[in-house]
Amino acid sequence: MKKLASNHKHTNPLLRKRLSKDRVFAGGVILFSAITISPIVLIIYKLISKGYKQINFDFFSKKAPDTYEAMVAVNSGEVIPGGILNGITGTLYMVFIASVMAIPVGLLIGIFLYEQKTKRYAGIVRDIVDILQGVPSIVLGLIAYFWVVKNITNGFSALAGSTALAIMMLPLIIRSTEETLKMIPDTVKEAGFALGVPYHKIILRVLIPSGFSGLATGILLAISRVIGETAPLMLTALGSMEVNFDMTKPTSAVPLLIWDFYNDPNMVDLIWSSSLFLMMIVLLLNLVSKQLIAKRS
Amino acid sequence: MSELIKHIENPVLEIRKLSVAYNKDKSAVTNVSAGIKKNKVTAIMGPSGCGKSTLLRAINRMHDLYPNIEIQGDILLNGEETTHMSTILLRRKIGMVFQRPNPFPTMSIHDNVIAGYKLNGIKLKKSDKNDIVEKSLRDVVLWDEVKDSLTKKGTFLSGGQQQRLCIARALAFKPDVILLDEPTSALDPVATKKVEELLIQLKEHYTILLVTHNMSQAARISDYSMFMYLGELVEYGRTKDMFINPIDNRTEEYLTGKFS
Repeated sequence: MKKLASNHKHTNPLLRKRLSKDRVFAGGVILFSAITISPIVLIIYKLISKGYKQINFDFFSKKAPDTYEAMVAVNSGEVIPGGILNGITGTLYMVFIASVMAIPVGLLIGIFLYEQKTKRYAGIVRDIVDILQGVPSIVLGLIAYFWVVKNITNGFSALAGSTALAIMMLPLIIRSTEETLKMIPDTVKEAGFALGVPYHKIILRVLIPSGFSGLATGILLAISRVIGETAPLMLTALGSMEVNFDMTKPTSAVPLLIWDFYNDPNMVDLIWSSSLFLMMIVLLLNLVSKQLIAKRS
Repeated sequence: MSELIKHIENPVLEIRKLSVAYNKDKSAVTNVSAGIKKNKVTAIMGPSGCGKSTLLRAINRMHDLYPNIEIQGDILLNGEETTHMSTILLRRKIGMVFQRPNPFPTMSIHDNVIAGYKLNGIKLKKSDKNDIVEKSLRDVVLWDEVKDSLTKKGTFLSGGQQQRLCIARALAFKPDVILLDEPTSALDPVATKKVEELLIQLKEHYTILLVTHNMSQAARISDYSMFMYLGELVEYGRTKDMFINPIDNRTEEYLTGKFS
């Protein structure tokens, strides 16, 4: 458009007016897009500039320091010793268990909603899934507290944390599964039926492979959504100073450590590096899912 | 209905008083009876919405997928009532090709041809697999074009090639009957010509039932023709006779282009 405008002199006043309107509109679009992306740029800049000092080998291989160690280091102007290993392992462990719980159930419910789209019961389930998506995460933490902490593990535990995260992941996986399957043309399904393929095999061997990248994207986005959750974990996993892989014991997580560091004036630097780490993981998950979407189309 | 062909000797497929209704008020196919002759191409013609696809899809019971459809009457395949057969076996004996080419998007060309075996969990030796793939692709005159790219995805082919791949997929099971639902309506003229030539060759071994809205296509390749209008089978006869000397007024009007 620009080229056209510069190469030719437009004498028609109406056309000139339209072209200038066009430029004003394009300028507005660019300006507001820039305003939208500026926070994320600022956040990443701040995290890197404040957090890079603490990112070293120890950061990934040592447990969180105690207040005294941190205080000594800060007062002598050194880098705070220790890292966030207990948080990283706890986050990975709890997200893994949450995925094991949420992915099969979510996929099955998504397939059910897709197959029974007009049935009354499916409509009710779909509405409830939508409501579940809107439930505040701390409320889900409370639920997991009463179900698991009070009744199953009799204390704060990784299992309780995973349960809360799994409930958060469910609606995301269910809806993305349903939407992905909806996008597969019915003709592909009919091709299977016309070959005499039984129903369950069409779902397992035709629909799921055809929608694989979409399903994987939904799962990755659900994981990136819960990996930074703090509130429900406070009520369920509590946090721990140790690296823990016992499902029935309290467990740490990166966001829980950030909260701890925030409450300790000696560990301010660790807040930034932990946040940087978490942010990078979430960005990475989003980039991978973007790639998957690009591959699909 | 025309009395020209009321009875066909030893039909592969016999339709008896078939009615299909999508809901209580609206019948899509009304009281259709016809026999389909072995190793011939039979075309079903008619204007849009006359029930030709509905009739075709009743034959391999594709309507079973949609619970609100009501079907009355019988269809016999080699004398056996299709409603008494399992849909899985029935659909192996009656292959189907759709309006738009629909190869399985995740499968290679090779796997698409034997998809019927793969998806049904029928184990084959590797050499048998390759034989079936080669034979089916040769049958649809696609082998020379794709023999070096069998591992590529089926969707990598052009539209006409995809449609022939879909026909090969239907042939791989050696069905008795092949149903084609406007198989060339999404194809360009060159690809259409190839598919038509192919159908003429295929009738040597298979019975072909072809739905088309294209009269000249029916004239070119079919031996028998049905003309349907508003869900009724108006006229059924040898294609030659019907095009030269239609019996029913409505057939004549359709063939001369008074309505379409």
